[in-house]
Amino acid sequence: MSHSSQPELVIEAGRTESYYWQDLWRYRELLYFLAWRDVIARYKQTYIGMAWALIRPFLTMVVFTVVFGKLAKLPSDGIPYPILVFAALLPWQFFANALGACSNSVVSNASLISKVYFPRLIVPISAVIVSFVDFMISGIVLLGLMAWYNYIPGWSMLTLPLFVMIAAAAAIGGGMWFSALNVAYRDFTSIVPFIIQLGLYISPVGFSSSVVPERWRLIYAFNPMVGVIDGFRWAILGGETQLYLPGFALSLGLVVLLLVSGIWYFRKTERTFADVI
Amino acid sequence: MSDRVIRVENLGKKYIIGHQHQSGSLRDAISTSASSLKRKLLTPFGKQKKITNPVSEEFWALKEVSFDVKQGEVVGIIGRNGAGKSTLLKILSRITEPTKGRICIRGRVASLLEVGTGFHPELTGRENIYLNGAILGMSKREIKGKFDEIVDFSGIEKFVDTPVKRYSSGMYVRLAFAVAAHLEPEILIVDEVLAVGDYEFQKKCLGKMGDVAQEGRTVLLVSHNMPSVVNLCQRGLLLKAGSVVIDSQAAEVVKHYIATVQSVGGEVVWNDLNEAPGNGIVRLQAVRILQEGIEGPTADVDIAKAVLIEITYYNFKEGALLYSGLWLKDRLGTPVLASSNHKFISLTEDNWYGHPHPIGLYKSVCCIPANFLNDDRYSVTAIVGKGANDTQILEDYVVSFTVHDSGEMRKENPNGYLGTVRPKLAWDTEYIEPVVKIEQTE
Repeated sequence: MSHSSQPELVIEAGRTESYYWQDLWRYRELLYFLAWRDVIARYKQTYIGMAWALIRPFLTMVVFTVVFGKLAKLPSDGIPYPILVFAALLPWQFFANALGACSNSVVSNASLISKVYFPRLIVPISAVIVSFVDFMISGIVLLGLMAWYNYIPGWSMLTLPLFVMIAAAAAIGGGMWFSALNVAYRDFTSIVPFIIQLGLYISPVGFSSSVVPERWRLIYAFNPMVGVIDGFRWAILGGETQLYLPGFALSLGLVVLLLVSGIWYFRKTERTFADVI
Repeated sequence: MSDRVIRVENLGKKYIIGHQHQSGSLRDAISTSASSLKRKLLTPFGKQKKITNPVSEEFWALKEVSFDVKQGEVVGIIGRNGAGKSTLLKILSRITEPTKGRICIRGRVASLLEVGTGFHPELTGRENIYLNGAILGMSKREIKGKFDEIVDFSGIEKFVDTPVKRYSSGMYVRLAFAVAAHLEPEILIVDEVLAVGDYEFQKKCLGKMGDVAQEGRTVLLVSHNMPSVVNLCQRGLLLKAGSVVIDSQAAEVVKHYIATVQSVGGEVVWNDLNEAPGNGIVRLQAVRILQEGIEGPTADVDIAKAVLIEITYYNFKEGALLYSGLWLKDRLGTPVLASSNHKFISLTEDNWYGHPHPIGLYKSVCCIPANFLNDDRYSVTAIVGKGANDTQILEDYVVSFTVHDSGEMRKENPNGYLGTVRPKLAWDTEYIEPVVKIEQTE
């Protein structure tokens, strides 16, 4: 710890930029510990622990299959309906959990934020990591379903990480906006769950997006999760569903816009978090 | 090169305080932006008149604060509540940014604004050591290396794998301080952590702080505990209303602080209700020192007569169960006594203790008997609380007074008597028996 090697830190109004990304890297262990804390703490004092991450999506899948597949008899393009639903439920639940956790993350860590310095971006990012752990666990259900229906995925499965990243980017982008807004306006504690609830119905989770009439497909893709979910289905189910490219490009563009603007807004407001929270 | 590690130049921090709304709601934001839009639409080319929001007001928590700190200095920052001490530390530790001015810091900074920050009740002691260490800026390797030392210091070996929610509050605080104490930053910023734990543990903490200072690290300490400021710090900064009033040797600054409490002539009165210490439930109105034979409040009292300390306060909550109390501290801030009108503490039965207080102004008077305090200067901490133990107001050094002894004892002992109190105690000596002559060895 030679202190001559330490660069001089300058604190001034509006001046934290130059060290920020460097600091974010220095604090990467904190990112890991915060995520680790939330993962462990969540399933402490529960009886079946991590199994909840399997049961919840599984039961949702059963209900959706019965309601949309059996009762409403929506088309599935020859794919077993449970797999069709689950291939969409997986990214949707990841997105929904991540967005919800992200939006609350700053406020629920208020005591940390008003007492200790660290790059605030760590908080929402760690919330997404926690949801990612759940996502990986629920992925096991999909593997089980594929084995059950003797479904062999093709090479397109290899592109799955790309779509996971898009879902994560969408959740972080939206989460940055909401978590920063939530600091000043707690209204967002009510708004976000509502958005997530509605989002489930307007995203192609319980049904294939091919049920949407062709001329509406592009407009439908204004919901960024449409691109992500279609991508997931395409990756998992291979050539049996078509990826509607203009829609996907639009969704992707929106996600990038959301992410960049989210980081911009978060960075702009985070300096006053401690004063407002 | 100089060995300066911190330079603060013209630091200022402004807060906007809203009077009606605690925190802005979305509706306010929408309605203010809507009305400004409307103004713009109505007067598109006219001069935009800036309309100040009547419910918010600017407040400078810090004003033009400048000082330098050298490597290895231990600096105590003192001042009354609201003087800007915590704001200063928050800016130094980068929790919030200044509105004006700049700070240059050389070296790794760790701040302890509250012990146990980020402890998670569901996690075990072991898990929390890692988590808290990471939050305070330690690397995983560092924590691993110091793990045993931390557990040792805290004295919770047996419970290290128990969730901390099952800990007693003492254990919790000890563990939290132990983690913090093993940080090895070049600059340590501490706020009030010395007031934790039992006496033994406090001594241990003070020792640890002393070690940190001895190792040549720089420490900035905010405390209301004047003796520890005097013991630990070489230098003191006195803040008042957001500005540095004195920057000198710690003992000098403490003496000055205690001597120049805002009282004049044994009385402090808050004429502006908004500036008086307190909250929406209770608020101080005045604190006075009185003595029989002297008209009005006085800062100089006679040792041979009782001293009356009068605390006047408002109760704004219908039916509140209130208690009033006080601490006396000596000229270095060492506590002399604590008292209250609680039925087990008060010598006489207080008319209002344990009874619901209607809204109104109250006056509690504490009588300190004659010939009890020593020939010294004392300061009063005024306390008003709710229920049994829920302190609402605790205002240090509100008023001070000097006890004078003009009697014979003074003449006999010109250097004064030893001790912070000098009660007249009963003595009795008896002649037991005559002794012929005792052979004394040597």
